[in-house]
Amino acid sequence: MLEKEVVYEATLDHDFLDEIYSLPGGKEVKRCIQCGTCSGSCPQGAVMDHAPRKIFSLIRAGFRNEVLGSNTIWFCSSCYSCAVRCPKEIKITDVMYALKRLAIKEGKVTEGRKSAVLSRNFIKMVNKYGRNHETELMTRYIIEADLLNAFNFAPVGLKLFSNGRLPILPHKMKNVDQLRKIIRKVDEMEGI
Amino acid sequence: MKYTYYPGCSVSATANLYQESIDSVLPGLGIELEELDDWNCCGATAYMSVRELLSFAISARNLALAEKYHRDMVTPCSACYLVLNKTNRYCEEYPDIRKKVGQALEAGGLNYSGNIKVRHLLDVVVNDVEKEKIAGTVKKDLSALKVAPYYGCQIVRPEIGLDDPDDPQIMDELIRSVGATCVDYSMKTKCCGASLMGTDEKKALHLCKEILADAERNEAHCIITVCPLCQMNLDIYQSKVNSLFGTKFRIPVIYFTQLIGLAQGKSMKELGLGRLGVKISGEMKKIIEGA
Ligand code: SF4
Ligand code: SF4
Repeated sequence: MLEKEVVYEATLDHDFLDEIYSLPGGKEVKRCIQCGTCSGSCPQGAVMDHAPRKIFSLIRAGFRNEVLGSNTIWFCSSCYSCAVRCPKEIKITDVMYALKRLAIKEGKVTEGRKSAVLSRNFIKMVNKYGRNHETELMTRYIIEADLLNAFNFAPVGLKLFSNGRLPILPHKMKNVDQLRKIIRKVDEMEGI
Repeated sequence: MKYTYYPGCSVSATANLYQESIDSVLPGLGIELEELDDWNCCGATAYMSVRELLSFAISARNLALAEKYHRDMVTPCSACYLVLNKTNRYCEEYPDIRKKVGQALEAGGLNYSGNIKVRHLLDVVVNDVEKEKIAGTVKKDLSALKVAPYYGCQIVRPEIGLDDPDDPQIMDELIRSVGATCVDYSMKTKCCGASLMGTDEKKALHLCKEILADAERNEAHCIITVCPLCQMNLDIYQSKVNSLFGTKFRIPVIYFTQLIGLAQGKSMKELGLGRLGVKISGEMKKIIEGA
C-alpha cells in the first residue's frame, strides 16, 4: 500500500517509466488520460491494492516499488475488459503481463507468490512433456505453494477424478527434442 | 469443410467431455477436423507471465507445423485461441519479436511465414455452417429449455474479437437455431476468474457466484460455454460457491457442442454429459426427455 506521508521526488525512480516504455506495447502508457474506465471495468478492482488507473499514474510518477510490489499485477486475470474499453487503446492487459515479468525478475513477488509458483510449475510440465499434464501440475503446485490448502482442494480433485476427468498418465508429444531445441535457443538469446 | 485441429491440453483431460461432444456432433455439420500432428502446449497465460518470448516461440512451433496444410487452424479452447492469435499479432507488429521467434524455430529446423489463421470452433460452427443446415439436424423440440450463453472473456476481446465485446450475439443465435430459448443476462462476458481459481480461490469463487446468480435470476435451466477453464470454474467449483456463500445453485454448465448434440437427440453418454460436476436433473432433464 502507499504510505500516507509525503514522498519526495528524489526517492522516486525516474528510470522506471523508460523501462516500461521500452516494453512491447509499453509506449502507449504515455497516452493515458486517467479517465478511470479501466478501473471501473475491472472485475478485480475492488480487491486490488491499486486499480489499473492508479497503476498507470504510479508508473508515470516513478513509484517502482509500489507498482511491482502490489497485488494488482497478480490479481489481474487477463480478462481484457479494460483493454477493450480504454479510449486511448492502451494494451493494459499486456502491460500487466510485462509488470509480472519485471516483478519476478526483480524478486518483488509478494502476495501473488502463488501465481508465480503456478507459472513456474506449468513451464516445468511443458518442458518435460511438451504438453500440460493437469494432474501433475496440480499436485506439484499444491505441494510447493499451498500445502495447507491441500485439504481444501481435495473435493475438487475427487470430483474431477470420479467423473473421469483427471488422467493419471500424461499425454506426451513425440518430438519433445525439437521443442527443447527451440526452448534452449530462447534461453540462450535471453542469457538464461 | 476441412480444418487443421489444435485441441490444446485441456480437452484430453479435464475437458474430455468437450472432445467427446465435438467428435459426436461435428461430422453431422459437415465439419472435418484433422488433428495437427505432434502439437505442443500453446504457452497459455501461465507461460506468458513468466517468459513472454518463450511463450511466443513454443506457440509458433504449432503455427509452423500447421503451415504444411493450407487451411485454417481451429481450436476449441478460448485460452489457446487467444495465445495463438497473440503470437501471430506480435510477430507481425514487432519485428524484433518476429526475428527472435524465427531464430528459435530455426534451431528446431522449422520456419513460420505468418500465414496461418487461427479460429475458435464456435466461429467455425456459427459462421461457416449455414443456419438452416444446423436447424436441419435438430430432432428434438427444446423450445422450453432456457439457455444462458456464457462467452467469458477471451473470445470477444480486442483484435481477435469475434463479436461485440460487451453484448456479443453469436452464441445467442446458435441457441435459437437449435430451437432452444436464449436467456438474456448481463454477466455473459464477465470474467470467471480463470486461473485465479488455483491461486486465489475466494476471489474467483466470488466472480463465479455473480455469473451463476445472474443466470438463475433470469431463470436459465443451464449455461453454455466455449472454454475448458470457464466450464471447470463454473461447474466443478459450483458446490464450493454454494458452501462459501450459502447459495443453492444447481445449474448445469455444458459446452455449446453438447447443446447442439442434445437438440440432435444424441444420448447424454455419447455427449460426455455424465462427466458434469453438476448433473442434468429436474426440469431440464424432463424437458430433454420429454422433447
Ligand atoms: S482506461 Fe485507458 S486512458 Fe483511461 S485510465 Fe485506464 S489506461 Fe488510462
Ligand atoms: S485484464 Fe486485468 S486489469 Fe484489465 S480488467 Fe481484466 S483483471 Fe482488470
